[in-house]
Amino acid sequence: MKRTPLYETHKNLNAKFTEFGGWEMPVQYSSIVTEHLAVRSIAGLFDLSHMGEIEVSGQGANELVQKLSTNDVGRLNDGRVLYTLFCNETGGIVDDLLVYRHTDNHYMLVINATNIEKDMAWVETCNDTGAEVKNISEDTALIALQGPQAIDLLNPFVPERDVSKIPYFRFVLGEVAGIRTVISRTGYTGEVGFELYVPAVSAERLWTTLYPAVIAVGGQPVGLGARDTLRLEAGLRLYGMDMNDDTNPFEVGLSRFIRFKNRQFIGKKALLAEKKEGITKQMVGFQMLDRAVARAGYAIYQGDERIGSVTSGAPSPSLKCSIGFASIESPAVSENEKIDVEIRGKLHPAKIVEMPFIKN
Amino acid sequence: MISPNLRYMESHEWARQEGDIATIGISDYAQSEIQDIVYVELPEVGTELTQKTEFGVIESVKAAFDLYAPVSGEVIEVNESLLDAPEQVNESPYDEGWFLKIRMTDPSELDALLDADGYQAHIEAEHA
Repeated sequence: MKRTPLYETHKNLNAKFTEFGGWEMPVQYSSIVTEHLAVRSIAGLFDLSHMGEIEVSGQGANELVQKLSTNDVGRLNDGRVLYTLFCNETGGIVDDLLVYRHTDNHYMLVINATNIEKDMAWVETCNDTGAEVKNISEDTALIALQGPQAIDLLNPFVPERDVSKIPYFRFVLGEVAGIRTVISRTGYTGEVGFELYVPAVSAERLWTTLYPAVIAVGGQPVGLGARDTLRLEAGLRLYGMDMNDDTNPFEVGLSRFIRFKNRQFIGKKALLAEKKEGITKQMVGFQMLDRAVARAGYAIYQGDERIGSVTSGAPSPSLKCSIGFASIESPAVSENEKIDVEIRGKLHPAKIVEMPFIKN
Repeated sequence: MISPNLRYMESHEWARQEGDIATIGISDYAQSEIQDIVYVELPEVGTELTQKTEFGVIESVKAAFDLYAPVSGEVIEVNESLLDAPEQVNESPYDEGWFLKIRMTDPSELDALLDADGYQAHIEAEHA
């Protein structure tokens, strides 16, 4: 299994590990609930170095990234971040990712750890613009600092600027504790926070700089367990669970990240056709009405009719009930409508609720 | 902490014998590994259980875990307080966090289970 540069650091913190997409990652340090609630109320520190980074540069970089993306990369200025999807020719989602624009001939794509090889192959296959494409995942570490105290925690280590002035979905190239860092005001938790990209060799120095400060205010190191419950509460989809190569953006409620007008991109034709024909599935949020826990794969019923299945589900540490996303036949249900989730052969009541489950 | 005088399964359930009645639960080691228990699904009174077969489920934030019967017999009492307060399994695995009382059909089945020392060795082997 692959390990991040911080593996030994996690081990020394007595982390429990799990396998995730070929990576041996910390799943929890103390407990998922403790870590989750620390991020909601104070701050959490995450090692996300398993995430993939692809650098696209040179003449044709802009054209290549634009052609791959359902969202309009042409709207980006230097220093902006955009959430987008890559779709295949049939409109299926290859990956969901962040596009960082350094300049119009220098982009960084931040992709899912499970998709690094697939995405590299896809980008190279589609590269007829002469852009230079480089997998920089191994050389790049990613540490996230998330939670209401993230700004106050990070500022003392960034003397050259006030990080509160970095707007949401923007980034700067700066120094954190003297380490050259892409300081990005982004995250996957629904909280204020930063994602800090540093050279892999500097990962441990950045972690050991931030860690004592986070602990001193009552924050926690956070593993993949709480990362999952945090993103779930925030209504954020996860590739491989909620979407894959066979689902299109409409079916998973991500059509707002498609820009059709005045641009060409891979999958456009198929997606326009899907839209015209009508979408047969939709993604909804639901909340259990008893204490049972709905997990991925469980069947959803309305009356006697099976209308879909759970794609992600877990107990919500903030709401103290179980929540989840479900892929259901469209337009079978609307908000507040009652559904049932089949759990070990028994139907348990739930209702459709608006996402995100937690609003900040 | 491993409570003495109990019998244990390799799957971490314990049984406490009082005559032909066995109280069953999961070990402190198991609860600390599972953590954050949010839901317990138990059989009804009157259910007949067979040793080493599934009788219920506990759910943590992360996953669901099957529970296995340490002995065969009829369920005569269920710890209903766990339905509203499943965290008792984390807080008090050998006392307030018990699951069921079973009237054993064959108390000698307990002899086949691990004693405290045997269970300790099993955990160490599992952890190594």
